Amino acid sequence: MRLKTKKQGRTLVASLSGELDQHSAEQVRYELDSILEDDSIKRIEFDLKGVTFMDSAGIGVILGRYRKLAPRGGSMNVLNASPGIERILKMSGVYRLVSERSAR
Amino acid sequence: MKNVLRTSFPSISKNEALARGIAAQFTALLDPTVEELSDIRTAVSEAVTNAIVHGYGHPNGTVTMELTSEDGVVTAVISDEGRGIEDIELARKPFFTTMPEAERAGMGFAVMEAFMDSVSVDSAPGRGTRVTMKKKLGENAR
Repeated sequence: MRLKTKKQGRTLVASLSGELDQHSAEQVRYELDSILEDDSIKRIEFDLKGVTFMDSAGIGVILGRYRKLAPRGGSMNVLNASPGIERILKMSGVYRLVSERSAR
Repeated sequence: MKNVLRTSFPSISKNEALARGIAAQFTALLDPTVEELSDIRTAVSEAVTNAIVHGYGHPNGTVTMELTSEDGVVTAVISDEGRGIEDIELARKPFFTTMPEAERAGMGFAVMEAFMDSVSVDSAPGRGTRVTMKKKLGENAR
């Protein structure tokens, strides 16, 4: 699993590639949380384009980061999921929490 | 023709990838669709992760995976000798988790049920857990 991050204004773009499971989730969570300590970040965008496998551990990572941002009025988006991963995202209700609007 | 593969491995989280990789290779022999292959790989990953994280929660346990294919049906049996499940019905409920602090989403069984044709769980406290999942592959499958 590889994580690349880019801060654009108040938005953190997290581009993931490889396999996201319970094993790899721990590192991703740790890295993202240390970046999210910067409370000027109000929005996170997960770019899953390079993710070749994801199970429900990935849902934990996405929802966990959203919960961190929500108290500061934050938002999130999840982009470029493959059809298989999209099914899991839909089942878990992640798409109900995303917003297309970028952070002001 | 019937095919069987039985493998055991320690309850370390790196082996989640190993186990689902083996299950995918085993299934690939039957010429499945991309979606069927992905479904089995994901369901196996969920069951093996449950065994490692919830069954044991330490690296000294043994997880066993038995894969069978016969008449186009793939059966995956994932078992552990860990702490077992007290209330199976509750554990299978979507979003139920005993480990919210570890960000377990409580979606493991829901994913297995969505991606496989049948999922049965045999477990008792202190006596481990055995998850049996079946999926019939489409007409292409040999």
